[in-house]
Amino acid sequence: MTNLIRLHNFDGGIHPAENKAQSTATPVQQACLPAELVLPLHQHIGAAAKPLVKAGDQVLKGQLIAAADGFVSVPLHAPTSGTIAAVEPRAVPHASGLQEDCIVIIPDGAERWIEHQSLYQQLGLEHLNDISPRQLTEHIRQCGIAGMGGAGFPTAVKLSTGQREIHTLILNGAECEPYITADDMLMRERASEVIQGAQILLHIVGAKGCMIGVEDNKPQAIAALNTALVELGEEHHIDVVTIPTKYPSGGEKQLIKILTGEEVPAGGIPADLGLVCQNVGTAAAIYRAVAFGEPLISRITTLTGDAMQQPGNWEVLIGTPVSHLLQLAGYQPQKRERVIMGGPMMGFALPGLDLPITKTSNCLLAPTEKELPPNDIAMACIRCGMCADACPADLLPQQLYWFSKSQEFDKAEQHNIFDCIECGACSYVCPSHIPLVQYYRYAKGAIREERAAQAKAERARQRFEERLARQEREVAEKEAKRKARAEAAAKAQAAKPAVAADSAAATSNAPAADGNAELEKLQKQFDAAQSALAKTKEKLEAARADESMADKVPLFESALNKTQDKIKDLAKQLAAAKKAAKAAPVAASAATTDTDKGDPNSPERLKRKWETAQARLDTALKRLAEAKEQGLDTVDALQTGVDKQQERVNEAKAAYDASVADGAAAGATVGGSTAPQATGAQTADNSAADQAANIEALNKKILAQQDRVAKMQERLDMAKAEGLDTVDALTLGVQKQQDKLLQLQQELAALAPAGTTSNEAS
Amino acid sequence: MGLLTLSSPHTHGPNSTSKVMATVILATLPGLAVITALFGWGTFINVLLASATAVASEAAILSIRKRPLAFFLKDNTALLTGVLIGLALPPFAPFWITLVATAFAIVFAKQLYGGMGNNPFNPAMVGYALVLVSFPVQMTTSWALSTQMSGQATLGFADTLQVIFAGSASLADGFSGATPLDAYKHLIAKGTADSVLAEATFNGWLNGGWEWVNLAFLAGGLVLIWRRIISWHIPLAMLVSLSLCSLMLGWDEDMYTPLSLHLLSGATMLGAFFIATDPVSASTTPRGKLIYGAGIGILLYVIRTWGAYPDAVAFAVLLMNFAAPFIDAYTQPRTYGHAKAKRGLPPKQR
Repeated sequence: MTNLIRLHNFDGGIHPAENKAQSTATPVQQACLPAELVLPLHQHIGAAAKPLVKAGDQVLKGQLIAAADGFVSVPLHAPTSGTIAAVEPRAVPHASGLQEDCIVIIPDGAERWIEHQSLYQQLGLEHLNDISPRQLTEHIRQCGIAGMGGAGFPTAVKLSTGQREIHTLILNGAECEPYITADDMLMRERASEVIQGAQILLHIVGAKGCMIGVEDNKPQAIAALNTALVELGEEHHIDVVTIPTKYPSGGEKQLIKILTGEEVPAGGIPADLGLVCQNVGTAAAIYRAVAFGEPLISRITTLTGDAMQQPGNWEVLIGTPVSHLLQLAGYQPQKRERVIMGGPMMGFALPGLDLPITKTSNCLLAPTEKELPPNDIAMACIRCGMCADACPADLLPQQLYWFSKSQEFDKAEQHNIFDCIECGACSYVCPSHIPLVQYYRYAKGAIREERAAQAKAERARQRFEERLARQEREVAEKEAKRKARAEAAAKAQAAKPAVAADSAAATSNAPAADGNAELEKLQKQFDAAQSALAKTKEKLEAARADESMADKVPLFESALNKTQDKIKDLAKQLAAAKKAAKAAPVAASAATTDTDKGDPNSPERLKRKWETAQARLDTALKRLAEAKEQGLDTVDALQTGVDKQQERVNEAKAAYDASVADGAAAGATVGGSTAPQATGAQTADNSAADQAANIEALNKKILAQQDRVAKMQERLDMAKAEGLDTVDALTLGVQKQQDKLLQLQQELAALAPAGTTSNEAS
Repeated sequence: MGLLTLSSPHTHGPNSTSKVMATVILATLPGLAVITALFGWGTFINVLLASATAVASEAAILSIRKRPLAFFLKDNTALLTGVLIGLALPPFAPFWITLVATAFAIVFAKQLYGGMGNNPFNPAMVGYALVLVSFPVQMTTSWALSTQMSGQATLGFADTLQVIFAGSASLADGFSGATPLDAYKHLIAKGTADSVLAEATFNGWLNGGWEWVNLAFLAGGLVLIWRRIISWHIPLAMLVSLSLCSLMLGWDEDMYTPLSLHLLSGATMLGAFFIATDPVSASTTPRGKLIYGAGIGILLYVIRTWGAYPDAVAFAVLLMNFAAPFIDAYTQPRTYGHAKAKRGLPPKQR
């Protein structure tokens, strides 16, 4: 201890009986191999790992058997060599009591290691300082290390602190929970590993100093750490700080307050204060990963409680069944059997003994009934406020209790229920023996559900509004198109007499052909409208007949009226067009013979037809996708429409291909000289078009990316508001997405000026 | 598997509500002993009677509500209410006053609101206020005189029983009289501090033994603070605000009751440590407790000085009970990691 560190105090806290001596009498023992190992794919906060093995595979000790799924996830390694018996859902040690996917290994007893070497050897480097923090973090990720103090947050994620400058590393060796001595024994026996882990962590986060907080009830651990500090010559960077024993001083936020006097802002992370906090066990695991290339496949677990005849600490392979360990410690089943994973304050009582040890299982506590009497029946709350005095987060636990009980969740939130760390101090001191923490868990769960439901409803509302807007837009567009067509028709009509009167055959043929096409189109539209009318009538009848659809009748009626109006309109246009067509044909007929423009089988027209059909198919497909997404009942109808349209496209394409083949044969001699020029022009055009298309695509991507960033930010805000542990990860996610966005914008910037210049040139 | 699965924490401190209540009852004993020694057996008999009535009323209502009797009776809250009413009532109060006050406190002020923990008002003070406004004669004329004041030994146990149960009020003649608070308030209007003290009621003693009673309750209250049964906030705030009022508004003892009489007479210390601190009906936040206690001190002074009643602990406490939920909502402590404390309740939705 070279630096003088002023200790601070956090409000509240309790002093429950420590009960640590029982399990520290013997050194850490090696647990023997069990008959099978059960490895849950989800032992950490974040996404479950993805299995890489299947039943029957042979694996070696330390072999990767499941890969991390995404950034906030942790891979899994085989704790011993053997055969994969199954990858199947098994009961896992989680308060929910649910089953989750696990990899089951039958050990072969050989303990054959997969080839592994230190990171130094891997990289051909000699000193820690030669290895970049990024490489170290990646190595930690690949070695499957998650916080070993209890929560199991992926260590690599916690070390990725982004832009924040870290000045101090804090190692948590407080181990304030009664009974648990896993960290105590680790520090006593492997102090040098802890200190070397701290060295690596200091290098990764770039901190100047490190404080190892240890409660004063672990003098041997403190002495061992100090000895190791001197041996490693680190006494100037790393301080072992003795803190007073008080529960929950090992809570990350409380430890930070004790050591620095600062408070982690609500919704923030220690890195906001320039701090990174890691458990001492995690530090030791990091050291072994870097120095030996060993992934995290075992941990020290305390087995204690009066129901065990030989309490102590064991080095246990991850996945070892609880029942196997209990046997090692001489467990005597009690009348009312109870085995707690974790400590008496925050651990949870296991529903069965066939559950495996995970990366976060620091203790198995099997108390007798006399030792830890199960809760009495709760008496009424007398608002004595002892809970408020004990609360380390300065909450009003009894107010939260009343609000939770009466489901006044808005008031519970107003009283900062999400700042509750569920340490159990309030329950411990409550004279009425009310299981307060359970009420808070209930309220938090209910509030989260409520928020999720609200978010969902909000999304649905937005979707609905967007759909309405889209429909309106489509109607307006159709109307505009129709008007444009009508105007064009009227213009053509007006132009025709004049053209017919004074023109040569050559000039008049185009409008005539247009007139024909227009007529044909109008006829088609008229037919379509009539069939739509018939369909709508049918629907209306059906709706009238079916009571359950009664509310849709007015809808159909208005649709019917609209269709009828449309038909009238079309009939008028059709009549006008027919008249015009009659007036033109004589003049046109002469011309049509020497050009194939009017020929309905000309390649150009066929191509146009094919393209129109293709466009319609595209629209139909889009509608179908939308309908499927929204789960509308029109999906079937749309599907048949799409099929029909597809047929039409095929036909049109076949016709076009055939005519092109004909034309090529015929035009080979005629158009031969003009072809090169055309292609030249076309390529110029094409490159400009490509450019434009690229820009458009980029624009789209940017929009999508902006969307993603916004969504991510939203999730982050939510996580912050709820004080979830995913805040770190989400913050990183947001940064990443923003980087991506920036990149896209830069690309666009690079492209856009080029695009404009080329446009100008052309 | 049949393993026992309970929610954490799995361990519990040694404290219990029964013990808390029992400790409070024990802490009143010095006060009760001093009262009995100086003023006779009346209060002792009242305490026994009120306790029995309280437990009986509680049991009756619990059985009507079909609640387990033993479980609820062993929490000692009814017993405590009975003890406090017994201590608060005048020593020579007829037995039926004690019965009415206690039964009303338990049945109406406590059980009809849902039983322990659910009563917005201090049950003992509701019972006391009921008989105070309903039976003003008995409540003002049944106070015993101390040996110092009357200059003679107190009434014997048997005679006291007769006064209380048989209504032989004449037996108490010469042993009863106005309390110093009451007497000073009325006499000072016509005289000076010296002339008042010379009156027969005071017999030269300002507090006439009440100071010892109050000091005994103060001692009991300090034990409660030491045992962490109550916090110091409410008693301190109440006594400080009462003292400040007295010093600023009533410094002239030829016109107003002097500070020493305010602090060491009447139910001041009993109120400050045993009644205002009833956790169920009081404010619960640290700052809230200060405001709540200060409010009681101010109201106590105002009613004692300008009100019709000589003492006012019951009314002051009940009035502040009304305000407690509101005070709580606006005095949340600053939670760890928050820049500021939140205030008020969330706006009503829809």
